[in-house]
Amino acid sequence: MNLSTPPSRGAGFVISNALADRLFGWLTRGAALFTLALLLGILVSLAVGAWPAIRQFGVGFLTRNAWNPVQEDFGGLVMIYGTLVTSVVALLIAVPVSFGIALFLTELAPVWLKRPLGTAIELLAAVPSIVYGMWGLMVFGPVLARYVQQPLQALLGDMPVFGALVSGPPVGIGLLSAGIILSIMIIPFIASVMRDVFEVTPPLLKESAYGLGATTWEVVWRIVLPYTKTGVLGGVMLGLGRALGETMAVTFVIGNMNQLSSLSLFEPANSITSALANEFAEAAPGLHQASLIYLGLVLFLITFTVLVCSRLLLLRLQKNEGRNT
Amino acid sequence: MTIMTDTTTDTPAAPSRNAKLVVRDLNFYYGKFLALKNISLDVPANRVTAFIGPSGCGKSTLLRTFNRMFELYPDQRAEGRILLDGEDLLASKDDVALIRARIGMVFQKPTPFPMSIFDNITFGVKLFERLSAIDMEERVEWALKKAALWDEVKDKLSQNGASLSGGQQQRLCIARGIAIKPEILLLDEPCSALDPISTARIEELIAELKADYTVIIVTHNMQQAARCSDYTAYMYLGDLVEFGETEQMFFKPRRRETEDYITGRFG
Repeated sequence: MNLSTPPSRGAGFVISNALADRLFGWLTRGAALFTLALLLGILVSLAVGAWPAIRQFGVGFLTRNAWNPVQEDFGGLVMIYGTLVTSVVALLIAVPVSFGIALFLTELAPVWLKRPLGTAIELLAAVPSIVYGMWGLMVFGPVLARYVQQPLQALLGDMPVFGALVSGPPVGIGLLSAGIILSIMIIPFIASVMRDVFEVTPPLLKESAYGLGATTWEVVWRIVLPYTKTGVLGGVMLGLGRALGETMAVTFVIGNMNQLSSLSLFEPANSITSALANEFAEAAPGLHQASLIYLGLVLFLITFTVLVCSRLLLLRLQKNEGRNT
Repeated sequence: MTIMTDTTTDTPAAPSRNAKLVVRDLNFYYGKFLALKNISLDVPANRVTAFIGPSGCGKSTLLRTFNRMFELYPDQRAEGRILLDGEDLLASKDDVALIRARIGMVFQKPTPFPMSIFDNITFGVKLFERLSAIDMEERVEWALKKAALWDEVKDKLSQNGASLSGGQQQRLCIARGIAIKPEILLLDEPCSALDPISTARIEELIAELKADYTVIIVTHNMQQAARCSDYTAYMYLGDLVEFGETEQMFFKPRRRETEDYITGRFG
């Protein structure tokens, strides 16, 4: 073989490299733009479907406490409130627990336990949501009512603010149950993302902090967490997105009552997704259906807002760290 | 065993009366692999001691036993005695964090914490001391001056540590290490990721630091060991081959293996 000839790809290769590169570039660009178009398309079709309700109720729909299909009087406050409260309860429980799980798996667990435990937690994500719903309704709800809600009511019932939170029927169905079930469902997502990002923290960085005499807690809390904050926040947002959109399990345990008479977490309530799942098939075309679609649009906007807020939060965190000065 | 008697008889330069750190019969295992074989040596106080040797000879491993860093990894263990001012570190029941606070460490690559330059210094200080804001500022200035970094960063203390150049980051790590006022400073190939100018600055710094600290430096660069250390230990495959004054080690090594390595016939 003559070594002075430049490398070639053989006679079968007809398309020039430059053209191939350009074709591939267009292909990837097309894929990216297609996603964007899809997103816009969904947004537009939601807005078109919801238009009769938007025209009728306007932005006031968000704050109206009314849902009466017979008189065609609709407002989304109960569902929006239910969705937000259950998701917040879920995050309040899931984030600290997931942090603990990730910390244990990356820093404390013996090697033989790491893999089985990590897999078990990921398997929680594989349990179908309807199974969580049934379990929540039949097993968890009664237990919660008897061993948590009743004692809490006895303990806090007379206090000014907490009393209002724990008033109502302690039947194990309502906002609190839905929030707890949701937290169990999103823990595997948040925990496995946290564990993955904790694991990519450079060992030297951790050793530097240990070398100064820091404890495991101080290393994880003050070095690993700031170092991985983008990933951690991403994991939390993944969980929140799932909590906001979860339907089946919530429908089982939230009670599906369109009422908002008190601040109580024990009260049966409703969420956007549950209302859609329960009513969409029966809703007559017209204002009822449009209102339901309006609810879907609101849910879309809520998740979008959450995403934007998380971005802004990240930017602020970076500023506080002094990167932009 | 011969090695041990060699080091004790061949090292009149490192008498145990002013030894800061005394290592005796130290064996170290990665799982079943014996990485340090019966190491015994005396590290003199307020001097720079260099560990040299080819890759895998155990010099970094030895350094990491001094602050019990290996304990972070479950399959690593050390046997023997390491005495800091007569107190056995390996057998100590004290909180390991307190031991590590007495022994600062700087690594191969700069590892600024994800926070401001100021907070990088205060991080370690806050773990053990409660200082007023003024005292803390003084401490930060003192540490940064010690590390010859103050003039370069005094106007941007609130910037992220990662915004500095590699050499500055490494000096920041040294400042961070001395801010907690340790007794010993361990430097694990501190210049391996740096350019020659930054390396020269760090070497100057090492020479100044020995007035206050006992410095131990691991390096794969023999010229560096010759330039900035008072004592040198040559290690090979987990054995301490020879330990003595740097000048003697480089000009008149007692052992053939040391000479081969230093003259470049091997390694």
